[in-house]
Amino acid sequence: MTQSEAAPDAASDSTVDAAYEAKLRADYDGQSREDVLRDYREMLRIRRFEEAAARAYTRGKISGFLHLYIGQEAIAIATQQAMEPGDRVVSTYRTHGFAIALGSDPKACAAELFGKAAGLVGGVGGSMHFFDKERGLWGGYAIVGNHIPVAAGHAFASQYTGDGRVTLCFMGDGAVGIGPVHEGMTMAGIMKLPIVFVVENNQYSMGTPLKRTLPVEDITARAAGYGFASDRFHVTSVQETRRRLGEAVERARKEGRPTLLELITYRFRGHSMSDPAKYRQKEEVERWRLNDPLERTLMALKTIYQVPEQELDAIDETIVAEMDAAYDFADKAPAPAPEARFENVMAEGPYYGDSATTRPAGVE
Amino acid sequence: MPILQIRQAIRDAMKEEMERDERVFLMGEEVGYYNGAYKCSEGLLDHFGPKRVIDTPITETGFAGIGIGAAMCGLRPIVEFMTFNFSAVAFDQILNNAAKLRHMTHGQFGVPMVFRGPNAAAHMLGSTHSQAFEHFYAHIPGLKVIAIATPYDAKGLLKTAIRDENPVLFLESELMYSVKGEVPEEEYLIPFGQADIKRPGDAVTVITWGQGVPVALKAAELAAAEDLSCEVIDLRSIRPMDEAAIIASVKKTNRAVVVYHGWPQGGVGCDIVARIQELAFDDLDAPVLRVCYEDLPMPYAENLENLILPSPERALAAIRRVAYKR
Ligand SMILES: Cc1ncc(C[n+]2csc(CCOP(=O)(O)OP(=O)(O)O)c2C)c(N)n1
Ligand SMILES: [Mg+2]
Repeated sequence: MTQSEAAPDAASDSTVDAAYEAKLRADYDGQSREDVLRDYREMLRIRRFEEAAARAYTRGKISGFLHLYIGQEAIAIATQQAMEPGDRVVSTYRTHGFAIALGSDPKACAAELFGKAAGLVGGVGGSMHFFDKERGLWGGYAIVGNHIPVAAGHAFASQYTGDGRVTLCFMGDGAVGIGPVHEGMTMAGIMKLPIVFVVENNQYSMGTPLKRTLPVEDITARAAGYGFASDRFHVTSVQETRRRLGEAVERARKEGRPTLLELITYRFRGHSMSDPAKYRQKEEVERWRLNDPLERTLMALKTIYQVPEQELDAIDETIVAEMDAAYDFADKAPAPAPEARFENVMAEGPYYGDSATTRPAGVE
Repeated sequence: MPILQIRQAIRDAMKEEMERDERVFLMGEEVGYYNGAYKCSEGLLDHFGPKRVIDTPITETGFAGIGIGAAMCGLRPIVEFMTFNFSAVAFDQILNNAAKLRHMTHGQFGVPMVFRGPNAAAHMLGSTHSQAFEHFYAHIPGLKVIAIATPYDAKGLLKTAIRDENPVLFLESELMYSVKGEVPEEEYLIPFGQADIKRPGDAVTVITWGQGVPVALKAAELAAAEDLSCEVIDLRSIRPMDEAAIIASVKKTNRAVVVYHGWPQGGVGCDIVARIQELAFDDLDAPVLRVCYEDLPMPYAENLENLILPSPERALAAIRRVAYKR
């Protein structure tokens, strides 16, 4: 069995059969209606944000590469819940979900996608380069793998200063082969850094399924070589993910022992907006859809918690309105001022070039 | 003559060379099943099979190095970087192995291979994905560096690159893969080190390459409307460089502007200016100017990116300035 076929316990069709419901009940055992509603709301905020991004991209409002988090939302929500204030999340170009989960303003997120001055990083980064230090989002890295040593560096600083913080470093399944991953993990293992490495295994690295990028399918098999603890599971619910992520975070904080987690998940869209994802079958996508954590939560709310349809609709409407407002804000927001391009190049202040021969026109 | 896109010319060059020489193979991310991130290897996996069209994991150091090692054993690798921005990950392999092994081994080994892929800023990709790498690679003895701007040049030069005994960096453009042009049906090769005059003229020499070519041509068109005749020289080959073509043109026009993608400090633009002042000092009637990126990282925002990129308007301003016509 290849992993791309390994959608967990897929029900045969979208109606709730007995086995599906039994598993659902087991997963939500002991969770309050309020908590499940909160998880649902938070995941839905990411999904609606991403869907609005896709629409804006189609209308030409967003350019460059746009990688959506649709299908993986539970991971960001669980991460936010497993963290303490001051802990750091370091991730990739697929970061909108973390920003929304950590409390970044959707207006600022949408404005970043539109390249506007009010964006998270002033419109200089776009979709691939989200940073929101205040909320614990430390990137936003778009060269595959190059943030792993940097994240280890954050953890090193925590160890050095004794600030008690944990760094959570995320990467894709396609990243684990690249050199800096090995180097960063080696250092983290030797130095016993307070860090959690999380591979978000969404089955594909662009158009390449796992089996063609991984010599051994189980990514956590590598943990032993670095002296890490490890854990590996299908992400089907927020709370299960939070619990297991939380164990790793505590291990990092209390014992200074890194963990390598492999979270098995799925992205329902193409790699980026320019990828029609022709390399996978519709049936495969449908199979995974049954275990979409957001769909499952909705199902739990309906079947287990008996939340009325109107209440669920109202939640959705509120969120859609929030995201529409964010994108409307982004659309109307002003572009960066021309002088903004001189900012933050050098520590000393605005930078116009070192030479009279290269100074931009209009700058004295 | 058939009209092809640049991406098709690149594919045809690879296909013909792979058919001619079974030591030639293609390796890189998404080159096989996906037919290339920019579809430059469309159909090649079907035609040649997975032995010769090899999808790699994201391992730039790994597959650049494997290419080098295989070339030392007599194979003829073509390594595709999804974009040259990612070649930075493999920089040590190119700098310290590809470029130096012939020298280091006292000639026991050569590294006949091609590294190819799109280079320079595309559209709104942000600072890490918008960089021009000829300026790094042209600095290094032991390498050859090519940049193409038409389907004809792409095919003829890529075939030469694949047959060359040295490591060749072959720079393409994401924004130009769909550019169309005539490509002869019969086989042809374009030698390295020969510039091509893309537009003849006698008032100002405009030197350019790669993604700078359409900018320079547009500027020349604008200048022509002001009765300023520009000679646009497409270097095509950056290392080795056709110094003779540059100097011959400057001796005729007595003025030169260099238009290119990349930052102003260091790099190929400075190199060209140095050669002109050294070899044609007495022929110059004006300082040689460069039109390139502003000395800044590339922002995502479209309005800022447009200010930083070399534009036909900025090139025209420089052309006017060297002609003392404001
Ligand atoms: C060094 C490097 N090589 C190639 C790329 C182009 N690229 C961007 S994302 C990607 C696929 C990554 O897949 P994965 O790690 O599984 O993450 P996912 O996109 O699935 O979240 C590739 C090849 C890059 N950004 N950096
Ligand atoms: Mg992936």
